[in-house]
Amino acid sequence: MSMLKVEDLHVHYGSIHAIKGISFDVNEGEIVTLIGANGAGKSTTLNTIAGLLKPTGGHIYFEDNSIIGVPTHKMVDKGIALCPEGRRIFLQLSVEDNLQMGAYTRPAGEIADSIADVYDRFPRLKERYKQVAGTLSGGEQQMLAMGRALMSKPKLMMLDEPSMGLAPILVQQIFDIITELNKAGTTILLVEQNAQMALSIADRAYVLETGHIALSGTGADLLKDESVKRAYLGG
Amino acid sequence: MLSYLINGISLGSVYAIIALGYTMVYGIAKMLNFAHGDVIMVGGYMAYITSSYLGLPYGVAILISIAVCTLLGIFIEKLAYKPLRSATSLAVLITAIGVSYFLQNAALLIWSSNPKAFPNMVNFGTLELGNIRITSASIITFLSCVVIMVALTLFTNKTKMGKAMKAVSEDKGAAQLMGINVNATISLTFAIGSGLAAIAGVLLCSSYPNLTPTTGSMPGIKAFTAAVFGGIGSIPGAMLGGIILGIIEILSKAYISTELSDAIVFAVLIVILIVKPTGLLGKKVTEKV
Repeated sequence: MSMLKVEDLHVHYGSIHAIKGISFDVNEGEIVTLIGANGAGKSTTLNTIAGLLKPTGGHIYFEDNSIIGVPTHKMVDKGIALCPEGRRIFLQLSVEDNLQMGAYTRPAGEIADSIADVYDRFPRLKERYKQVAGTLSGGEQQMLAMGRALMSKPKLMMLDEPSMGLAPILVQQIFDIITELNKAGTTILLVEQNAQMALSIADRAYVLETGHIALSGTGADLLKDESVKRAYLGG
Repeated sequence: MLSYLINGISLGSVYAIIALGYTMVYGIAKMLNFAHGDVIMVGGYMAYITSSYLGLPYGVAILISIAVCTLLGIFIEKLAYKPLRSATSLAVLITAIGVSYFLQNAALLIWSSNPKAFPNMVNFGTLELGNIRITSASIITFLSCVVIMVALTLFTNKTKMGKAMKAVSEDKGAAQLMGINVNATISLTFAIGSGLAAIAGVLLCSSYPNLTPTTGSMPGIKAFTAAVFGGIGSIPGAMLGGIILGIIEILSKAYISTELSDAIVFAVLIVILIVKPTGLLGKKVTEKV
């Protein structure tokens, strides 16, 4: 079943036509990745799905309902969470308060269990639960951003460049966590510049080039594709 | 000397309550609401009309005044500032000055420029300690200020809604992604700030009973100064800044010159800003990329 369906989506920044009619879908239980160079429109696509940007044309359906025009703060209730580019955790709040904000729309009684779940997954966060988030390292901040997004118990989790600026060992760890989350039942839409890593865990992938979808296929197929290799995998 | 100090603390507490409104709105909406001082004036008039014309008891008059100002604050934000959410900060600033003049002139039209003699609504006698006399207005003003500051600090640090305010102040987009309704949060901030302005209006007029349509503008500017002085965005900073400012003002009136007291107050602000640009308790926000 298709959980998220994007049809002929157009997005403009003023007069700049950033997304030029892309269509793709994400099925329940999948990991789907959008890869491409800087400026291809990957983050724009995620931000538009989350309602932070308004599309100038096309359709977006989540579980068969159109979600265009739904305000961003209502997306969480529908089951969509975006872990934004650059993490954007609340640097002046403590780790635990950040997690609480992630569960903002959920009843108070359910929050403690979810926080315990996040701490199980990210023991580092538990050690630092009282610390102000601005004092965390880059890797810890990424874990907090992912933990915070998980707090809303999303059906679809969108991750924008989770590996950005992290040491290789941390990148591996973050991708392991993404795979685990997916196994636990969360559908994942992943945007990455690290095409190698993204394709290796993805069920399916789309290659974005300046606002178009240039290629699509299974993660394994695209890893072997000559044009993808040349353009994104450095070989 | 001591009685001057007490007067200074009392006046400073009024500045502090106004400054708390400035600093909260600035902290969350990142705008300087220059109409804030004029909401004080509206609060004063509301309490005056309901008590002097309608004959309601002071307590009820104060509550009505708070309610009207709270609604006025929400209304101003919806009508004047919300449409400018994505406009440049200069456009918002000019709009705020426009709202300020609008309120003053509306008051002029409704209540004329004749000063109204405001009754002392917090008069429960005078405390005498030796040869020092402390009015109940001074004591109540100071106590209200402390209670409000503590309540706001607890609200922003301990409650879910207060934390959401902090989240909105830091990153509106990320706050929305959490499911926080940013517009509602900003409305709430204006409501709290304007309700506080009403309290400040009643307390100010109880000590300085001369109510005119421009009553709020000078205290408004001084309180803004106090907020910057203490570190704009910081709740304890607003209180500290307000009280220090009140003391400086009264002491310079008493010992240096009545005419120069305002000049001295602003001179101190300039010196503080040169030495510590973020204000006394202002934090320098360092961003990690």
